[in-house]
Amino acid sequence: MNIIVCIKQVPDTKEVRIDPVKGTLIRQGVPSIMNPDDKAALEAALRIKDGMGAKVIALSMGPLQADAVLREAMAMGADEGILVSDPQFGGADTWATSATLAAAITKLEYDLVLAGRQAIDGDTAQVGPEIAEHLGIPHISYAKELRIEGDEVIVKRQFEDRYQLLSAKMPVLVTALSELNQPRYMTPRGIFEAYREKQVTHWQRNDIPVESENIGLKGSPTRVIETNPKVMKAPGTKIEEDVEKSVQYLIEKLKEKYIL
Amino acid sequence: MDMNFSKEHLMARQLFHDFAVNEVEPWAEQTDEEHRFPKEIVGKMQELGFMGVPFPKEIGGQGCDTLAYVLLVEELAKVCATTAVIVSAHTSLAADAIAQFGNETQKEQFLRPLAEGKKLGSFALTEAEAGTDASGLNTKAVRDGDSWVINGTKVFITNAGQADIYVIFAMTDKTAGTRGISAFIIEKGTPGFSFGLPEKKMGIRGSSTCELIFEDCRIPLENLLGREGKGFGIAMATLDGGRIGIAAQALGIAEGAFEKTITYVKERKQFKTPIAKFQNTQFVLAQMKTEIEAARFLVYDAALKKDSGKPYSVEAAMAKLKCSQVASDVTRECVQLHGGYGYIQAFQVERMMRDAKITEIYEGTSEVMKMVISGSLLR
Repeated sequence: MNIIVCIKQVPDTKEVRIDPVKGTLIRQGVPSIMNPDDKAALEAALRIKDGMGAKVIALSMGPLQADAVLREAMAMGADEGILVSDPQFGGADTWATSATLAAAITKLEYDLVLAGRQAIDGDTAQVGPEIAEHLGIPHISYAKELRIEGDEVIVKRQFEDRYQLLSAKMPVLVTALSELNQPRYMTPRGIFEAYREKQVTHWQRNDIPVESENIGLKGSPTRVIETNPKVMKAPGTKIEEDVEKSVQYLIEKLKEKYIL
Repeated sequence: MDMNFSKEHLMARQLFHDFAVNEVEPWAEQTDEEHRFPKEIVGKMQELGFMGVPFPKEIGGQGCDTLAYVLLVEELAKVCATTAVIVSAHTSLAADAIAQFGNETQKEQFLRPLAEGKKLGSFALTEAEAGTDASGLNTKAVRDGDSWVINGTKVFITNAGQADIYVIFAMTDKTAGTRGISAFIIEKGTPGFSFGLPEKKMGIRGSSTCELIFEDCRIPLENLLGREGKGFGIAMATLDGGRIGIAAQALGIAEGAFEKTITYVKERKQFKTPIAKFQNTQFVLAQMKTEIEAARFLVYDAALKKDSGKPYSVEAAMAKLKCSQVASDVTRECVQLHGGYGYIQAFQVERMMRDAKITEIYEGTSEVMKMVISGSLLR
């Protein structure tokens, strides 16, 4: 069984600030990480590999620095890493990105394509389902649970207020929520092998069978006109206890902070 | 600081950092407070290969190097010095002694499970009357038929009781001084081998420290590590490597306390001003940072020398001397900048100051480091 996992390198948005004048992300000095939902997708693939055996291919489109997330994927246990990178692909919106990635996937054998629900730097949640449309295969989004039975994938799909249990015959694309699992750590050995013994395959424009009108900035119908920062509010803590216990908790917290 | 690290070292450092912050730091206070050996954390590190970082893959290790191992110990020590020393004593003392001096059978039997993380290691040289002066060892090993019979007591042994495999040193010829010392490998559970009560320590309180007691303990002849009478050289060579681990631990302790202090001085207000705005605070921080970076160069240099197969005994001694001094000085200054809050547990620098002191003592005191360094100058 072959599983392709689509991975994006994103700026760690916990560290990102927005330029108050230009309204754009200040990316300078911000560490790049593997997009968290994609990491859950990779972990799901690796668990299938651990359980029943599979070849796991990590696929990413991005600048050459995105090599690092593919090495990370291999250090976690992916068998191969493929980086689709070419200046001509630059500036792509979700349409151009999905067209390019889908074309890259047609060059590979696959039973299952996994992607994260959405990237933390764009939050569109479009690329995964769009890849499935380009490939002409079914997709199931928002997977909170996932398992393989025979030639089918069974997915518990999460909505705000309910779940759906869906199954689809492979090949199929599934987008993963971070809640799907707790991704494993890399191992030191995995890291050293990823850099010293393995290669990331590099595909450029001419390696990808995609029409020129569907790639890069020119192939992107979407334009971002303006980005504005929202006032950030710290996440709250919800305590579901009776009055007595809640008050006790509150007092302890206030004491902890030396307010009482 | 840009040490021109390879990408794999940078990624390994990120892994160790993430693990330390997510898995180790939440338990550091409890580990200290309850004098509790962090078994669960050690278990996780064993699964992830952290207990075999510098050893070849062929023997079950991770196939990395000393530098990666240093980064591991450093990142762990930033949040919990106890966890760092468990890894250090296991890796660069117990396992490395066997890696350097064991024969193929011993490597397969003892190093493999240590490097694979299936077993924990410990190294036992010190005795009540033999600290810096190893010739004062009273533990005896006598050949009797197809066994060695060991009698004696080791003190202050890190990982004692928790470890499965022990590299120990005993006199096979008391009249020959250090030339009468031999090294042996002994497994927990061997009849005649027991443990004393845990010591109550000033710092690194979660690490298990107690006596090893040998009473007519019989081990097979083939458990002699290296040649008979060569134990002193084995101990010294192993401790050279161990000192890199302790230097990394000391560096990590200093960095951990420093990071906490940077956060604190920005938040703490006196005279309606964050204390970071006062020049005294700024100058103390500047001095501490400079000392930390100087210490860092020494420990990374010693690790790189070991990895490139060059002599590193003096570099390791300088690294340990400097890093342990820096750890003690920096943590003390960090407590001072915290004022009264530095003296209570909640802000952690109190623990780090207590943890720092041992790095000037174990695996060769600062005075021994000076003997090693000056000895190389005045030959």
